Amino acid sequence: MTTPAHLKYARSHEWVKQDADGTVIVGITHHAQEMLGDLVFVEAPVVGRKLKKGEECAVVESVKAAADIYAPLSGEVVAVNADLADAPEKINADAYSSWIFRLKPDDISELSGLLDAADYQKITDQEKH
Amino acid sequence: MPFIPHTKEDIDAMLAVIGVASIDELFDEIPPALRSAGLKHVPSGMNEMEITRLMHERAERDGRRLNFIGAGAYEHHIPAAVWQIATRGEFYSAYTPYQAEASQGTLQLLYEYQSMMASLTAMDVANASLYDGASALAEAVLMAVRLHKTSRRVLMPATIHPAYRKVVHALVRDQNIELVTVPYCARRGHTIPNALESYQGGDYAALVVPQPNFFGVLEPVDELTAWAKANDMLVVAVVNPVSLALLQPPGVWAGGGADIVVGEGQPLGVPLASGGPYFGFMACRKAHVRQMPGRIVGATVDRDGKPGYTLTLQAREQHIRRSKATSNICTNQGLAVTAATIYMALVGADGLADVARASHANACRLAQALAKLPGVSRAFSGPVFHEFVVQLTEPVESVLRSLKAQGILGGFALTRDYPELGDALLVCATETKCDDDLMRYADGLQRILGSCVVAASSALQSSTI
Repeated sequence: MTTPAHLKYARSHEWVKQDADGTVIVGITHHAQEMLGDLVFVEAPVVGRKLKKGEECAVVESVKAAADIYAPLSGEVVAVNADLADAPEKINADAYSSWIFRLKPDDISELSGLLDAADYQKITDQEKH
Repeated sequence: MPFIPHTKEDIDAMLAVIGVASIDELFDEIPPALRSAGLKHVPSGMNEMEITRLMHERAERDGRRLNFIGAGAYEHHIPAAVWQIATRGEFYSAYTPYQAEASQGTLQLLYEYQSMMASLTAMDVANASLYDGASALAEAVLMAVRLHKTSRRVLMPATIHPAYRKVVHALVRDQNIELVTVPYCARRGHTIPNALESYQGGDYAALVVPQPNFFGVLEPVDELTAWAKANDMLVVAVVNPVSLALLQPPGVWAGGGADIVVGEGQPLGVPLASGGPYFGFMACRKAHVRQMPGRIVGATVDRDGKPGYTLTLQAREQHIRRSKATSNICTNQGLAVTAATIYMALVGADGLADVARASHANACRLAQALAKLPGVSRAFSGPVFHEFVVQLTEPVESVLRSLKAQGILGGFALTRDYPELGDALLVCATETKCDDDLMRYADGLQRILGSCVVAASSALQSSTI
């Protein structure tokens, strides 16, 4: 699976997509869902919560593990993806179209601190052994 | 899977495979200074014959007395089949069922236990048990605070078992959780719904509701539950499992029911055994299950489509996520739960109701007989389940001593925990008592109190001479 070029990435395997209204949506990468296995539950952050970049803000749970999701940018949670409540497996099916939460960033320039597709691809290639 | 020890041949073969000369060698990373050379202050061990004799001697000192003490641990008849089956090697020595493929027997039993407790409490899901009723209540308080998210204050009626309140306080004290005591009605013996008005708007995470309460008195659970719900609080029910065979279960209190249910499971086939081991049960609404501590067994199918059982929702537990776990408990009271499950399966719903009715009938007859005696009065007017409080005109400790000399354990003295009740005694009667036993208690108490009256009046006479 190729890493979509139009997204930005965190080392901790979150992807970020900037929308026209200035907010961003956040999900986990294909590589992350593959490592976790079949997802059974997504604990999204509460709408209204203010996050600092790098802060633990959500949890994805699979049959064999539970992993924390870290805020890729500082900002306020303005929406969560309600589809994932009943069907967390959507992330396994298509990680890049299953956003978990929408963030209104405090400082959009933080986006440039994230990795582009090529750099993220390098990291996941190294992790595969 | 029962415990099967290795033979010396097994051990030697395994050591040969890994190329190690002895088991001790596997520990040679530990610096010699840290290795224990033996326990200097512990006397050397006794052999089986010596230990058996010592235990017999100690058991004889307990004597054989007629037991009317309840106060959280209840003497019920345990059918012989219960422990005959529970002490089978497969149950007795089985380990925690981490390996589902090797533990289907244990897992199935736990699943059936959970199903029975969920049914008894009318809740959606039960866990595989906690240590005891008191720590189960502490876990429920922690769970309620986590679920509520905003408040860290919990309303705790004074009618909750004093030992439970102490345990909860000990466990939540350093977690920034405040327990606020709710007083009871001195006349009726239960929490007063109207008195809750003073807590309105006070921002609490939960209201704890016992049924029956420590005094044996039935609480107005529907009103208390409705009030808590109307004030944005969770309801934590603390119940006697045998009473649930007769009373409305917490799952339907005020229609919608309690959020979390806990209690002491000892009455279900577990002997008094000088205070333990017992087991705590916990059940909750499906929406809250991810915040429930303890083991949970789920039903599933294997890759051939055959039904099977496994530990599930393990992300709540500390062996998966230590700092985010709902509790540090990573076990359950497996043997006690095995006995309870066999007990419930043997007596069934009807049998449990019979036990409850017979216990309650005996308690009512005893209460009537005692209340007739001069120097004895019923403390509370509220309805009770198999336990009641009497107030005496003589110091309760000396009355209990005199009863004990007659071979009767008269009850639990309340003077220390509820000094406002004066010389008060909590008395329990279960199905194990017959009418002769009840009369023996009443006659014995009458003689003791009568002799006190005689002593007082003769002192009066001699002083007027």
